[in-house]
Amino acid sequence: MSYIKPKFAHPRLPQNELGFTKKYYEGALSTLCAGCGHDSISASIVDACFELNIEPHKVAKISGIGCSSKTPAYYLSNSHGFNSVHGRMPSVATGANLGNRSLKYLGVSGDGDTASIGMGQFVHAIRRNLNMTYIVMNNGCYGLTKGQDSATADHGSISKSGKENNFEGIDLCALSIQLGATFVAQSFSGDKKQLVPLIKAALSHEGFSFINVISPCVTFNNNVGSTKSYDYVREHSETVSKLDFVPSHEEIKVDYDHSKMKLVEMHDGSTIKLQKVSPEWDPEDKLSIMTALHNAHQSQEILTGLLYLDNESIELNTLLNTTETPLNQLHEKDLCPGNSVLEGICEGLR
Amino acid sequence: MSPTNTQDPEYYHKVVDCQYACPAHTPVPEYIRLIAAGKYTEAYMINWESNVFPGVLGRTCDRPCEPACRRGRVEKEPVAICRLKRVAADNKDDISHLLPTIPTEKNGKRIALIGGGPASLTVARDLAPLGYIIDLYDNHKKGGGMMRSQIPAFRLPVEVLDQEVNYVLDMGINTHFDTYVTSLKDVLDKGYDAVFVGTGAPKGRDLDLPGRQEGSANIYIGIEWLASVAFDHTHKIGKKVIVLGGGNTAMDCCRTSRRLGGEEVKVIVRSPFSEMKASPWEKEDAIHEDIPIMDNHVPKSYVVEDGRLKGMMFEKVIAVVTDGKRNLVPTGEPLVFVEADDVIIAVGQENRFEWIERDLGLEFNKWDMPILDEQTFQSTRSNVFFGGDAALGPKNVITAVAQGHQAAISIDLFCQGEDVKKRPAPFTNLVNTKMGIHEWAYDNDVTNDIRYIVPQADKKLTLTNLKKEVELGFDPHTAFAEAQRCLNCDVQTVFTEKNCIECDACMDVCPTSCITFTINEEEEADLRSNLLVPATDWTQDILVSAPLKTGRVMVKDEDVCLHCGLCAERCPTAAWDMQQYLYNSPKASQLSFV
Repeated sequence: MSYIKPKFAHPRLPQNELGFTKKYYEGALSTLCAGCGHDSISASIVDACFELNIEPHKVAKISGIGCSSKTPAYYLSNSHGFNSVHGRMPSVATGANLGNRSLKYLGVSGDGDTASIGMGQFVHAIRRNLNMTYIVMNNGCYGLTKGQDSATADHGSISKSGKENNFEGIDLCALSIQLGATFVAQSFSGDKKQLVPLIKAALSHEGFSFINVISPCVTFNNNVGSTKSYDYVREHSETVSKLDFVPSHEEIKVDYDHSKMKLVEMHDGSTIKLQKVSPEWDPEDKLSIMTALHNAHQSQEILTGLLYLDNESIELNTLLNTTETPLNQLHEKDLCPGNSVLEGICEGLR
Repeated sequence: MSPTNTQDPEYYHKVVDCQYACPAHTPVPEYIRLIAAGKYTEAYMINWESNVFPGVLGRTCDRPCEPACRRGRVEKEPVAICRLKRVAADNKDDISHLLPTIPTEKNGKRIALIGGGPASLTVARDLAPLGYIIDLYDNHKKGGGMMRSQIPAFRLPVEVLDQEVNYVLDMGINTHFDTYVTSLKDVLDKGYDAVFVGTGAPKGRDLDLPGRQEGSANIYIGIEWLASVAFDHTHKIGKKVIVLGGGNTAMDCCRTSRRLGGEEVKVIVRSPFSEMKASPWEKEDAIHEDIPIMDNHVPKSYVVEDGRLKGMMFEKVIAVVTDGKRNLVPTGEPLVFVEADDVIIAVGQENRFEWIERDLGLEFNKWDMPILDEQTFQSTRSNVFFGGDAALGPKNVITAVAQGHQAAISIDLFCQGEDVKKRPAPFTNLVNTKMGIHEWAYDNDVTNDIRYIVPQADKKLTLTNLKKEVELGFDPHTAFAEAQRCLNCDVQTVFTEKNCIECDACMDVCPTSCITFTINEEEEADLRSNLLVPATDWTQDILVSAPLKTGRVMVKDEDVCLHCGLCAERCPTAAWDMQQYLYNSPKASQLSFV
């Protein structure tokens, strides 16, 4: 009897440019329910960081409370981590980000942690354009307390106990776009082909990147009538855009149709190849995407892919002109530059 | 690709690499688990049913199972399967009450077995419980054949061999020892319903070089010399000994020489060290006993002075590969003289069939080997069957046993008037091992221990006593630890498509990245290259599911699966299940100890 992950790996496991295998980006064995969508998101984060050749110690993974917020234990065990108070992940991320802008900030949260208790924190992180990737593992229920409807449960969705939800669900993507998020995407835990490039693009984006990932709760919300079940999402998802991530050093060879395909250069030099599926949706046109989301809501469809991208925005640290050096590397001399500097400042204020 | 047919008994059998590689297909993981549980008798009986000589093989087997062991693909060394088998043999209780009952009323059919080695004894073991009347002929005074005459007592104690030979002979076999059969016709004339020839490859190859005649008093043929030692006719050898040859017989000759007075014993071989036929562990044991192995030396002549052997001349060579063919090319250096009081030639062995008359309807091929059906081991004379080294040339004990089982099936079918080509199917069984949450009927935790070394007796003791066994065998604690290294490859990962909801949990959790959900391909090569880690080892199968709901398929590369059960642990719908697969190759008498 055991529930231990063996140490052995595939002997021919590929290495990335840093010489690490995917194993190096993994974490402990998941203790979530077997088949939980969150585990696929964890695996996608591992894939994205491995493929981006990120040094794990240059990542800070932050979470709140809930099933989703347990997941940082299951990936990037060689990264920094902070499991914060319920709904307070954005505040901790803001503090850490201002203290050290050299790390990549990866926040994970759930629909309860974000859309209920943490809503006040969430909206301000967006408003400030905090340079982080914020992933919501959205299962439309409170899995940890036996599956009550959450604030993102769709109107009319039927719970495992057979009860219909009479409240409107919060559309986190529409809300984020409304509040000025500069990278907004929606995906499905069961579609790694879409999710991994989205996480890679989000991690390369400078500014607030939001990914709402519909992640079925196998135990409490995978029943017939649920709008967040594996079957429902597969049947009702509609891809807005297809996204390909091209690392900075790789040449883009494929010929493309300019009317349908666009190359967007990210701040770190990498490129995303964005393929629009329909002319009505333009991920760089806020109005078109808000309309698309509204229409999808009417027709009970789930739009997935990169929904909105503003590549010209200025993230918080740049806006505040904070120091590039992490605070923990500043010495007393830098922090207390002495009386003459102070006098100079005072003089400037007279 | 179309879905894999797991109903084919060979599919899951192949996943159990050790069992598949074993000529007798002994259910290895099954008995290893029993050893770990301290059930040595049960472990022994599974072996005995399958390979007849567990105590002998646990010490001397060629171990085709070990290079095949999956453990060797995920870390450095395979499980010490062979030496675990010995643990079962050494620690078993009295098994006499477990042996098959031999009917007192016989079935009226008489069988002659010529040769008393492992192949013949296997035939006897398989046919005696069915009521056959069996006569066994052998030229030595005891049964066991090459196991007795060729394997020195310091590797295989006589008591161990006697016990296992007697389990068979005590089944009412009529033995005719000290009887050299000089004519097959004479045997056939006695009216046997079938005759089995298991006479081995008893002729040692000679090396006729200048000086062979003159020095003959001190030049011996390896297998003859070993037999002479085994039967107490030879008790000493000179101080300086050259052993020619690079096989296991050469290793036995040199180590035996060290125990009979040889102080400077050298093995001298034509080929490079790495190409020697001897098993790596036998070479190690020889080197451990201070026996240098001189490779790349081609013998040229025996040096005889005043009618007495002084040594041998050798030409130094180097292995050169031209057009894919390996040639030994002289280096041009002057010939090397190696001093010796005695020379033992162990450069191969051959069959000997001059006692079989050529007008009996039994045909021979151009290499003077009997023409046989390689599945039934029936010769061109329908009532004569072959097995062991006599059938398809010199191999090893376990192959002889496997062939014995097949020949016994054929003899039984033949004597019952059935078509010998109608082979019985193997016995298979697939059983769920789920016991509860995180609990399986097998130990699914994968230990990180590296292979344990079998302790050896002090060299001072072993080199002074010909009969002192060198290897001491694992003690029960080490045996348990070594047994835990087994990955339980017989506990199969069974996939049920209709349960799968494609949550990818198994793919995410698999520690060795064996599972991929992907678009199906027409060609296997394309599918193999699309996996998380491309499946480049074509000797290992891939398990392909029927199309799933999204149109994708589940593909599992069997290559480095640890059978840890995490896929089944993380599966929310029990689409994955760990099921223990038992495969028992067919025998003439279906004895089941599992």
